[in-house]
Amino acid sequence: MIKSYKFRRRIANFFIYILLAILGIIWISPFVYLVLHSFRQESMTTVPYLIPHEWTLNNYIELFNVSGSSSINFPRWFLNTLVVAIFSCMISTISVLAVSYTFSRLRFGARKKLMNVAMILGMFPGFMTMIAIYYLLKAMGLNQNLIALVICYSSGAGLGFQISKGFFDTIPRALDEAATIDGATKNQIFWRIILPMSKPIVVYTVLTSFIGPWCDFILAKIIMGDKRELYTVAIGLQSMVSAEFINSYYKQFLAGSVLVAIPITTLFLIMQRYYVEGVTAGGVKG
Amino acid sequence: MTYVEYKMLNPFQRFAYNFKRVLVSVPRAVGNFFKAIGKGIAKFFIGIVKGFKNYGVTFAKGDWATKLSYLIFGAGDLHKGKYYKGILFFLTEVLYILYITMFGWGYISKFGTLGTVETSMQKVNGIPKPVLGDNSMLILLYSVLTIVVTVVVFAIYIANIKDAYKHQVMKANGEKPTSLRTDIKEFLDGKYHITLLSFPVLMICVFNILPLLFMILIAFTNYDKQHMPPGTLFTWVGMENFKDLFNLVEGAKKGKTFVELTGWTLLWAVLATFTNYILGMIVALMINKKGIKFKGLWRTLFVIAIAVPQFVSLLLMNQMLQVNGAINVLLTQISHMFGGTETIEIQFLNSTTLMARATVVIVNIWVGIPYTILSMSGILMNIPEDLYESARIDGASPVKTFTAITLPYMIFVTTPQLITTFVGNINNFNVIYLLTGGGPSTEQYYQAGRTDILVTWLFKLSMDTQDYGLAAAIGILVFIVCATISLIVYNNSKSMKDEEAFS
Repeated sequence: MIKSYKFRRRIANFFIYILLAILGIIWISPFVYLVLHSFRQESMTTVPYLIPHEWTLNNYIELFNVSGSSSINFPRWFLNTLVVAIFSCMISTISVLAVSYTFSRLRFGARKKLMNVAMILGMFPGFMTMIAIYYLLKAMGLNQNLIALVICYSSGAGLGFQISKGFFDTIPRALDEAATIDGATKNQIFWRIILPMSKPIVVYTVLTSFIGPWCDFILAKIIMGDKRELYTVAIGLQSMVSAEFINSYYKQFLAGSVLVAIPITTLFLIMQRYYVEGVTAGGVKG
Repeated sequence: MTYVEYKMLNPFQRFAYNFKRVLVSVPRAVGNFFKAIGKGIAKFFIGIVKGFKNYGVTFAKGDWATKLSYLIFGAGDLHKGKYYKGILFFLTEVLYILYITMFGWGYISKFGTLGTVETSMQKVNGIPKPVLGDNSMLILLYSVLTIVVTVVVFAIYIANIKDAYKHQVMKANGEKPTSLRTDIKEFLDGKYHITLLSFPVLMICVFNILPLLFMILIAFTNYDKQHMPPGTLFTWVGMENFKDLFNLVEGAKKGKTFVELTGWTLLWAVLATFTNYILGMIVALMINKKGIKFKGLWRTLFVIAIAVPQFVSLLLMNQMLQVNGAINVLLTQISHMFGGTETIEIQFLNSTTLMARATVVIVNIWVGIPYTILSMSGILMNIPEDLYESARIDGASPVKTFTAITLPYMIFVTTPQLITTFVGNINNFNVIYLLTGGGPSTEQYYQAGRTDILVTWLFKLSMDTQDYGLAAAIGILVFIVCATISLIVYNNSKSMKDEEAFS
């Protein structure tokens, strides 16, 4: 009886392994295709076979070989995105941590109301407001400008406070009370007690807000319009597969995608670890 | 129905019972929703009445400086020796008056008509030159700005009166006003929330609330290609845009588009949510099954698919699904292996409606399942082990353990997440826009393709055809749908939790 049960389980597991392997291949193969074909030598566009015949690094080299007036300028786009990401990451992180600490730890009259307003604001389709934002920035003289992008990415950050608030909520209140008795102000409690204990969630917040600008293309597209030298990588790469460029830039698009995907994927995997750490670590702190 | 009766039903009857209960509770939830809104409004007006009462009472009790504060901001504070605050109040008033006279009034006075003077061509020395008239867009934008500023200044005005009265009372009690230094210290402690919130709230007001108010107002205007400032004016049209969307007369394209796209959007949201949920749960269960090795490896395989920026994977998918793309190449090679000779060239994205829609849903499974796996894995690991242990002792079969413990637990824990995913899918712009761009295109719709959902239609209307009024109206309707669904289900799942809490 026991033997047959074990046997049956082994058979079941065997099938599960096969199924998981197949699914894993399905999920990962588009990216394998992406990497393989970014090293392809032959043909400008698509080819009727799956594995390239000849290999080359030229697609990557050409990506960085920008002639003066070319409308494809990957290094510049990369730099733009990096600058925007760094600044909006700093502003967003400060906003998110400030708002979530306030809602988690401080008690004041309008707290519940403000949280409800934040929830309702979150229910509007995000880009319903983009036209208005565009004209607002234009009125400020900021359209087609990297500062505009930083503002756009970081302005709404305060609304995304739920996850880090959830984390702060798990830190025992007794710590705050003890510190207050010892004469610490709320400000000191925030900087000296709560923040040092919140490393996972701080890292998580920093990484999410850093990754954001690399992935968005709606706002960037509206704000930048036809100003190609200020594009971010997302709209830049999208423009490379538009009808105008795809015939000569398809392989460079693949190479560029790999170059963007590698750092972002790495950061995401790190972020994921910190996220799990932050969410499951509750209770043991202090 | 009692608990015992409920337990005696078979699964189908239980499902029917629960389904009926949900259906019945929808009107109640909607009722509660409106009741809550009504209550909120009533509270608001009571607050205003109370405010006016306080306003009068304070004036009656105030000394001359407090009374002067009703006209000149900060007069009371200056009189009582609270200099820095008094000066700040006074500066606010001066700046506000300057703002209104130099800038705001010129716009807000035209708010009712949104401008009357059209841009015209006039001959100056025989050469035609455009003479700029009113710009409806700027009038609306700056009017909204002025209204927001006025509300803020009004709040400061009230604070000024309260502060003046507070210091009057303090003086009567022989207390001295606090110094600037103590006040700054207070902002780092007792009033720390103001310090922390001021910057984020300011940003949200300017770049979220202000544009949102502007767009809500736009929905009631005829701002479109024919009414495009600065060349031409646009004006208030009331509910006209909404009427267009609900106009179901034969030949009314906008109404037809809206109704059919709403249907597809809901279908899409249901399909996308449940395929991801069910398939994701199955894969998560397989990965987390006892005795399966390399759990980390399997999970990483799937996580990589979401770690890669979505626009990269979707653009790649779009390329692979083209007629000569990798998927067709793969299919051709497989068919050659089995003796086929033709080249397969399936039009995944651009032929029939059904094909394009099915492709979108399937690609969305590829995009979305990893998210489900990720969250489900966490939940599966958290199911209390003693539940399984007692089931084993009672001699439950693995199937029974699954249906009686694992499944109910998962469904119980993930219901709220399911709602967020559903609302997220209604707003799922990326998958549709990057994959099909809304295509296959059709003449029957107004500026939309067969796979367009409401939000991508909204995007196209505002970016390609500048139908801003219509786009804003759609935005409002999407908001109403999302908000109602979230609130109803939220209320319901709370009541369900109370009855069937997992313990």
